[in-house]
Amino acid sequence: MSSDNTQSTQEGRMGEGVDARFNSKLREAFGSSPFILTKFDQFMNWVRGSSMFMLQFGIACCSIEMMHTYAVKHDLDRFGAGVPRASPRQADVIIVPGTIVSKFAPRMKRIYDQMPEPKFVVGMGSCTISGGPFQEGYNVIKGAEEVIPVDIHVPGCPPRPEALVYGIAKLQERVANGETSPVTVKPYELEQFSDLDDDELVQHLADRIDEEELVMRYDWAESPVEP
Amino acid sequence: MSLEDPSRPELDIGETAEGVDYDALEALLGDHVVGRERHRNAEAFVVRPDEVQDALFLLRDEAGFDHCSCVTAQEYEDRYESIYHLRKYDDPTQEVGVVVPTATDDPVSESAEPVYRTADWHEREAYDLVGVDYDDHPQMERILLPETWQGHPLSLDYDQEQPQVVTFSEHANPLNEDQRAEADSDTMFVNIGPHHPATHGVLHLKTTLDGEQVADVESDIGYLHRCEEQICQNGTYRHQIMPYPDRWDYISAGILNEWAYARAAEDMADIDVPEYAQVIRTMSAELCRIASHMLALGTFALDVYGDFTAIFMYATRDREVVQNILEDLTGQRLMFNYLRLGGVAWDLPEPREEFFESIHDFLEDLPEKLEEYHDLVTSNEIFQMRCVDTGVLEPEIAKSYGATGPVARGSGIDYDLRRDDPYGYYDELDWDVITEEGCDNYARVLVRLQEVEESAKIIEQCVDLLAEWPEEDRTIQSNVPRTLKPDPDTEIYRSVEGAKGELGIYMRSDGTEKPARFKIRSPCFSNLQTLPEMSQGEYIPDLIASLGSLDIVLGEVDR
Ligand code: SF4
Repeated sequence: MSSDNTQSTQEGRMGEGVDARFNSKLREAFGSSPFILTKFDQFMNWVRGSSMFMLQFGIACCSIEMMHTYAVKHDLDRFGAGVPRASPRQADVIIVPGTIVSKFAPRMKRIYDQMPEPKFVVGMGSCTISGGPFQEGYNVIKGAEEVIPVDIHVPGCPPRPEALVYGIAKLQERVANGETSPVTVKPYELEQFSDLDDDELVQHLADRIDEEELVMRYDWAESPVEP
Repeated sequence: MSLEDPSRPELDIGETAEGVDYDALEALLGDHVVGRERHRNAEAFVVRPDEVQDALFLLRDEAGFDHCSCVTAQEYEDRYESIYHLRKYDDPTQEVGVVVPTATDDPVSESAEPVYRTADWHEREAYDLVGVDYDDHPQMERILLPETWQGHPLSLDYDQEQPQVVTFSEHANPLNEDQRAEADSDTMFVNIGPHHPATHGVLHLKTTLDGEQVADVESDIGYLHRCEEQICQNGTYRHQIMPYPDRWDYISAGILNEWAYARAAEDMADIDVPEYAQVIRTMSAELCRIASHMLALGTFALDVYGDFTAIFMYATRDREVVQNILEDLTGQRLMFNYLRLGGVAWDLPEPREEFFESIHDFLEDLPEKLEEYHDLVTSNEIFQMRCVDTGVLEPEIAKSYGATGPVARGSGIDYDLRRDDPYGYYDELDWDVITEEGCDNYARVLVRLQEVEESAKIIEQCVDLLAEWPEEDRTIQSNVPRTLKPDPDTEIYRSVEGAKGELGIYMRSDGTEKPARFKIRSPCFSNLQTLPEMSQGEYIPDLIASLGSLDIVLGEVDR
């Protein structure tokens, strides 16, 4: 169908005098083939790691340094991970920046539950590791891991923005390599979907919810660290 | 300084040219007084628990003590005690305490809420943490800890090991059921927070809306209650307490907070501070104030305009410069831990000229940047529409809630502890206290921006002083014993002007190296109480703007 004055796509993209828009470094690397051969999972992991949306989530002192990490000078967005989303339903990563106390822990769990899978957690500061300087307080949860699973811990009080950037770069690396373990939806989290039609499956899962099990128990004496 | 203030024609009862005449006050209170105590900062009258309101009304209306800065509750072996720390907005050096003892088996005393509205939250906190009950209080509930909590953690017999159980229903989504008041009512209930970008942390606002207008708003705090008071009570005066003040108001206001503790402890144990160290303290504290006000401005613009726009980025850019200077001085970007009892941790960084140069550069660029902020923010029409005449806080209401800092000064209350109750090197320097008469959100922003200018003036003078300071006279710390054990039963309440207002500390010693009671009077705690007054009947976006202009930081509200 090609006449003399039209170009086929292939001609347009390769060879002499081609449209400069198509000549990226990446294309050169691929050579003449317009195809990449990869596993779909691997490709998805790479995509996931290269474009992450953070949850805009501040708790305590560490969130000040987290804000500095997002803003000018440190500019986390350089690594494709710096656009904070205000809604947990749009976020992939939650940075937990601060001390978690008994009143806040259930709320944080709820926010975590609202994030869509796959989701990742970066614990920022000593408070999210062990309770940090407030470990001996009567009201302080001794680490974020008591409440939600954490992928990366960034130590410091507060960690410098550079440290947080490093932590997130590490997370991206792990995500891209498919090293973070998938998180499974627990039955009671299906309460979130209560607007679904009540079919048998939903009913079956809902029956498995045991309210007794959803009690938050702060057994200070049996926390991992002696108070 | 304010004693010569010509706007105050007559002296109140019990006021003399030298200060407070406590005998005259005792005569005024008459039979209400059952005893007298001497605290380091002022004398205190012991009052029967069922006569609290009468005594406080007399002190407020007849003797002019219109500022209830703090309510401290504590438990002794044989009694509970609530202390009301009163002072005057016109002259905060005039102080008096009112001590109300109650029995251990039935700790009930009369509430001070009808006299000072700020007592509302303070007494709820006392009930929550210590366990004193207040009669005639509008809402005697826990405030910082969850409702399900067992025991009062700062009482003497509290067992920290006991498990705390929070059932799922306690934390179920309160919006699951419709929260309309009555069947055909038009109001709607909305939760703002505890995770919401506009709440500047973890604050929960229970808002009732009538259409788009706020019918009622109730703050639910305690999501960042980190037991600061308990931890300070478990630390030694000399070294272990100082790192914690940095974490109360964590918006780079570290040194201002450290100074609150340093001032209280130094006055308690009679420690001198060399003048050179005072100048360094003054300079670094004002740098902190600039950083803190910059963030207040940036996040306020974020609340009013909506996204991470230019102003937020500009404000962070300027904060980075300040943080670099402070890092050179203290070694940390945020949690400085730089002050020591009796001085500062170390001298200025070498080479000194370079350090001064960096400050000079910053100060030189500042006027231009401030002009830019005024172009971008205060003279912006949209901003003015959002802020002028919204969130109005009348001075009388601000006083009854104990508001201080830029919030009070934006309502025309001329109250700044740096001038009125001088400490550090402030009274030797040339600067002004900024007030604005607008009483609205706009006025509060203006106050902060102008205070940045004043802080810059102070820093400049300090740098000049430091550069000229004689080499042999650069003592950074006085001699302080390794372990401090102030005399038993010394009590003191001392405050400084933090970034958000009056940051006070009450301490009682029991002869050991740790304080027996350590109470923090946080400015944000009192300022946040004014929110319903500012936003009732206003539109919901104005509620958000008012909250932003209060510039609260939850680390300090919840402690
Ligand atoms: S780790 Fe340190 S800086 Fe971070 S939240 Fe905890 S106390 Fe604050």
